[in-house]
Amino acid sequence: MDTLLQQLINGLTLGAVYALVALGYTMVYGIIGLINFAHGEVVMIGTMVAFTVIVSLAGSGMPPLLILSVGLLIAVVACMVLGWGLERVAYRPLRHAPRLTPLITAIGMSIVLQNVAMIIWGRNYITFPPMIDKRIYEVGGASFTNVQVAIVVLAALVMIGLTYLVQRTRMGMAMRATAQNQHVALLMGVDIDRVIAMAFIIGSALGALAGCMVGSYYEIAHYQMGFMLGLKAFTAAVLGGIGNMAGAMAGGLLLGIIEALGAGYIGDLTGNFLGSHYQDIFAFMVLIIVLMFRPSGLFGERTGDRA
Amino acid sequence: MAEQRQILLAAHEVAKHFGGVKALHDVSLTIHRGEIYGLIGPNGAGKTTFFNCLTGLYRNEGGHFVFDGVKLAADAPHKAAAVGIARTFQNIRLFGNMTAIENVMVGRHLRTRAGVFGAISRNPATRAEEAAIARRADELLHYVGIQERAHDYARHLSYGDQRRLEIARALATEPKLLALDEPAAGMNGTETEALRVLVEGIRRDGVTVLLIEHDVKLVMGLCDRVAVLDYGEKICEDVPAVVQRDPRVIEAYLGG
Repeated sequence: MDTLLQQLINGLTLGAVYALVALGYTMVYGIIGLINFAHGEVVMIGTMVAFTVIVSLAGSGMPPLLILSVGLLIAVVACMVLGWGLERVAYRPLRHAPRLTPLITAIGMSIVLQNVAMIIWGRNYITFPPMIDKRIYEVGGASFTNVQVAIVVLAALVMIGLTYLVQRTRMGMAMRATAQNQHVALLMGVDIDRVIAMAFIIGSALGALAGCMVGSYYEIAHYQMGFMLGLKAFTAAVLGGIGNMAGAMAGGLLLGIIEALGAGYIGDLTGNFLGSHYQDIFAFMVLIIVLMFRPSGLFGERTGDRA
Repeated sequence: MAEQRQILLAAHEVAKHFGGVKALHDVSLTIHRGEIYGLIGPNGAGKTTFFNCLTGLYRNEGGHFVFDGVKLAADAPHKAAAVGIARTFQNIRLFGNMTAIENVMVGRHLRTRAGVFGAISRNPATRAEEAAIARRADELLHYVGIQERAHDYARHLSYGDQRRLEIARALATEPKLLALDEPAAGMNGTETEALRVLVEGIRRDGVTVLLIEHDVKLVMGLCDRVAVLDYGEKICEDVPAVVQRDPRVIEAYLGG
């Protein structure tokens, strides 16, 4: 029983992070139909930038929470610039190219960013300095930390804010209109270039936030961390119905919980043949099952006419 | 000079072909301020192609448009909107997953300015502007007579209401010229009559109307002047009474 509760809590934490990253995939896909495979690397860069800022401020005598906030803020801004730059340099010139071209470019950008990060931050694991004094709470035989609470609460707040932005504001309406019909949105005077840039910028900001969360949670960072994280978040976006924002949030949480439960019970299920380090298979099993039986995802309306 | 100032839109020898098919063959016409101008012709005559060239969805190969004294760029739909041309579509193109009022609010985009920083910071100017957008959208829904459907998804509206919503959305851009592509298509008699009243009201409120329509009776009753296209060529342009009796027009519609 306590394994169940424990893994649900861990899954919720992980799911909150997946949801934030999945939103970055889904917003871009919803508007231009591109799967931005470099998004995982944007998240990684966010973690790395936050790491650098925090380490260089660590000895300054500033309060730890302020250091963490500054690190987060700078990471978010850096990733916004990076996301904007990616769109401007790599994807915009290919706007009218065949669909496969920007997709391959995205994979290329992903490799470029990984290597740049390796050059700057090295090929070894980096210890992310813990800035919050960890407190552990016990509820019903399961334990969780204040870091986990902060991750879940912050993710929830950001997602509420984003929903408001997209549903209620002039900019959000322009984004939804562009996602549904670019030509008509143009005729209404919507500046498509701006809307597309915004999707990248907002998605990258969310990615940076998620990257800082991962860094604080696992207290470790690596130049290749964006690959697996990005793939999982992409799975979450597909699970929820890619292009659908509510779907990305739900898909992220669901995937986090599936994965945590899988990791918690895989030993029992296989007679200890497979251990919890096999948890990654659950995410990809989910991806395969969704693609086979419901390619439009849980919330998706449009079928996969775009690749 | 007085004549010059009266002209809102002048098309000069506009040409467009698709492969070997000449969809538009040097079409010239002038639309005066404040008139309802009809563009008719058999199926495939090039009416919608003309619209698409005018609004920048297609790039015309020859000729050009002068709108309100300014030559239009060939392929920039949002510029067409910015100078004051709004259109509806023969096959309705609403944002189906947005509510009726949201569709109209998107139309206000062009005439408002709040950016993303306003959206995030929620400063008073942005809030006031967004309130004004919502208010104006509500007025426009009232104007076209579908105010009570404001919060329904556009795809759930009846066909006639969708047509009205498209007109409200086009009007939200504050156009000088409203181009309607077969607005009465698929409408019954009552709906068509209501549409006629609406279009006359729009003209009375100072918007020039360009109307493509199959319903000849509606065009003849509503338009001040009519041009007839056939196989991509303008074969006639005059007041309805004259056009109706023109032998080339009768030939185009009944013969061949």
